[in-house]
Amino acid sequence: MRVEIVGGGPAGLYLAILLKRADAGVEVRVLERNAPDATFGFGVVFSEETLGALRDADPETHMAITDTFARWDRIDIRYQGRVVSSRGHSFSAIARRRLLGILQRRCHSLGVALEFGVEVEELPEADLVVGADGVNSLVRRLGDFGTKVEPEGSKFVWFGTDLVFDAFTFIFRETDSGLYNVHAYPYDERMSTFIVECPRETWLVDGHADRSEEETLAFCEQLFANDLRGRELFSNRSIWLDFLKVTNRVWHDGRVVLLGDAAHTAHFSIGSGTKLAMEDSIALAASFVRRKWDVETALVDYGLERGGAVERTQSAASESAAYFGRVGSYTQLEPIQFGFNLLTRSGRITHASLGVRDPQFTRALDGWLGGAEVSPPPAFSPFELRGVRFRTRFGLRPSGFVAVSPEARITHETPAIDDWKAPAGQVLLQLGHAGARGACQPNSVGADLPLAEGWPLVSPSREPYGPFSPVPGAPDEAAIRDRFITAARRAADLDVAVVELDMAHGYLLGAYLSPLTNPENERLRFPLSILDAVRAVWPGALAVRLSVTDWHPRGNSVEDGIAIARTLAEHGCDLVHVEAGQTVHDDRPEYRRGFLTALSDRVRNEARVPTLVGGHLTTVDDANTIVGAGRADLCLLDLPPRQVERTLGASNSLLLAEVRP
Amino acid sequence: MNVGVGLPTTTPGVTGELLLEWARRADDGPFSSVAVLDRVVYDSFEPFAVLAAAAGVTSRVRLATMIAIGPLRSTALMAKQAASIHGLSGGRLTLGLAVGARTEDYEAAGVEHRGRGRKLAQQLAYIRGGVDGHRVGPAREGIELLVGGMSGQAFSRMARYADGYAHGGGPPRAFESAAARARAAWGDLGREGRPRLWGQGYFALGDAETGNDYLRDYYAFTGPFAERIVAANLTSGRAIKDFVRGYAEAGCDELVLFPTSSAVDELDRLQEALA
Repeated sequence: MRVEIVGGGPAGLYLAILLKRADAGVEVRVLERNAPDATFGFGVVFSEETLGALRDADPETHMAITDTFARWDRIDIRYQGRVVSSRGHSFSAIARRRLLGILQRRCHSLGVALEFGVEVEELPEADLVVGADGVNSLVRRLGDFGTKVEPEGSKFVWFGTDLVFDAFTFIFRETDSGLYNVHAYPYDERMSTFIVECPRETWLVDGHADRSEEETLAFCEQLFANDLRGRELFSNRSIWLDFLKVTNRVWHDGRVVLLGDAAHTAHFSIGSGTKLAMEDSIALAASFVRRKWDVETALVDYGLERGGAVERTQSAASESAAYFGRVGSYTQLEPIQFGFNLLTRSGRITHASLGVRDPQFTRALDGWLGGAEVSPPPAFSPFELRGVRFRTRFGLRPSGFVAVSPEARITHETPAIDDWKAPAGQVLLQLGHAGARGACQPNSVGADLPLAEGWPLVSPSREPYGPFSPVPGAPDEAAIRDRFITAARRAADLDVAVVELDMAHGYLLGAYLSPLTNPENERLRFPLSILDAVRAVWPGALAVRLSVTDWHPRGNSVEDGIAIARTLAEHGCDLVHVEAGQTVHDDRPEYRRGFLTALSDRVRNEARVPTLVGGHLTTVDDANTIVGAGRADLCLLDLPPRQVERTLGASNSLLLAEVRP
Repeated sequence: MNVGVGLPTTTPGVTGELLLEWARRADDGPFSSVAVLDRVVYDSFEPFAVLAAAAGVTSRVRLATMIAIGPLRSTALMAKQAASIHGLSGGRLTLGLAVGARTEDYEAAGVEHRGRGRKLAQQLAYIRGGVDGHRVGPAREGIELLVGGMSGQAFSRMARYADGYAHGGGPPRAFESAAARARAAWGDLGREGRPRLWGQGYFALGDAETGNDYLRDYYAFTGPFAERIVAANLTSGRAIKDFVRGYAEAGCDELVLFPTSSAVDELDRLQEALA
């Protein structure tokens, strides 16, 4: 068995070690373009979990690596002149150069052939060729892997500094042209990695495109002079770059296989690139041992084994990259909430899991939200909305769709406002007009199944909603507006705390908002006229239920939805109830637990309006994390009532909202 | 959680007699359902024909398609077939429908592959909604309707028109994640309660290699993924027990175990493993 590995980075060298270790008879050669001590980038990060895998795979390198590690368990977030610290995050880092030295020595001792300064131009002859040659892999370009390479996240530039940080440090610096941020961490006793990042618009405004390497360094040194405390930045071909996200449909093509960055990249902001690369090496070597060196089955195994884990990491990394791209919209958050939002950005840390690692942090967050040093978690913190004081963030009881008139009903069973009775503790009255989704069979049969004998429907569109739905006619807008006004007036006589107007899911007002269902250009005209009219007669808290995106290529995008939310807020909407899709029946929804959370985050922080969010939230921890991070103000939990009772103990009065006199 | 068993309609060497024997013995056993797969371009029995025959030799078990590829069939005729089996069996039909995974089935049936999702939505609305004014009898009331598939649209079709979700197989963790998506869709479409969740797995308790060879062949169209399916074949009583427990914990309502060989003694072994 002869193996040629193209690329002498951590992935290639570590694979060589593991293959040779598994069977000394295997001929392994590593071909590296650069000199043995040339390296780009300063330090690399490992988590505890990765270290465990390294220990099991090859104790010798594990020991050498961990001997020279910089370790920390703290994350510092420097933001608006404050430092928010969180403990309990075990990380280690090592100088990339030192890591390569350790791996090279281990290769030598095992009898791996290392050749430096070799420029590979065509695939070497061997039983197995490994492309471990990085993000711009030549091996990848010579094969057929279904490669996609696309820029992701903000602009960044990678420096070293002789300031030794004592924690993983995020620094945020506001400038006139936008927000800059830094990811910094120590990697040995003398040096730290220092990555500067800013959104593309900021990068353009500040003219970085025309700056030389020296000028870029000088700019960053000056911008972060306070944080660097007189220390220097060091360049290593440090210029502004786009992070390139690499994905491949398959990782092997015949006898050629991709490893590490050549196969997949994960945005640096979750520090997983080297970890993924070395885990690839472990999986590939293990597949060869398991499959008794049969190349084809081993490569299939490798792809199947790594695919899921890599995809999950890449998706968390993309979430994180997107977070840093829009972090400028979070600058209204208090430092402690800003910090919690950052820590929970990729969904891998929650309020409960952080509480185990760092109870002090969650106590401080709970205390800030609760207004007392010892406070219950975020979901139990009070919230006020136009005179309505909520005792918890998940106690709101929605009425379900209440039609403003009989012909506005969805089914025969839908209550119309005239015969709707407010149940005790009912706080959210959801008023709507079914539009093209009216005259349907009962919900127990299904949704959007037309009645054999219905009633005439109206919509701004002449398109039927779904298969077999009737063609809707033109709405009498003045009459419908009057129905909404009468309904809102009636709410004042009922025990109702919040009135909500339904502008979501393709019901009448939702249909007006979308280009999919409204041919006119002034699509907000009629819904806004209703909001204004209701605002004028209903003095209490007023919410709007909104499909923030249509989940359809020709429909409203998230950006469109955020702009609509902003306009609604300007017209006196106090709370946006975040929904998505159903504007048309054949949209492309993305269902999972918490599928509306990211949308709510963007509406709340970009349109700066309080939000209510559901989207299949199944634990109180979901609500704690969402409210704690400022992704929504109120949540609707998908919990069986018994579980809510258990959570709240005997005092289920916590569920009730109270209206201030 | 209920446990059902698949009929070996796609395994090598199966005969009509053997299928009826499987169905009879499943009905006598502890199983709550018998289920069939659907594939056109393969040496396999047609699912509705088999369920019609099974209706005649069973009295208790539910009869399920897991799943039938709806868009291959004419909507009114499929509705009539399904309703007929439902009537023949005294109301025991569970009709699982999906768009399927193979274009060659569409080519063989002479049906456009494009637009299959739209057609399935239309079929579901037809079957569930009674939009034909019930002129195409027999009555379809009470047919349990399931939808399979992994796309967001599959989940919204399920929640809009059906009673539950038919999962395509995999480890309990994969089922759990699909179940969460199904429940999320169900709530989003404003349906009451929760969707019924059906899962499935493969087993070979006699000659495992024969079963594995069949799976390799049946799933050859998936490329390297076939090996993953082979690796998941449940070949010991212990594996069956762990799998059943995993699915129960993941919230499955009905788990159907499909044989990978035609031998009837597989059914006895499965019964032993479940005891």
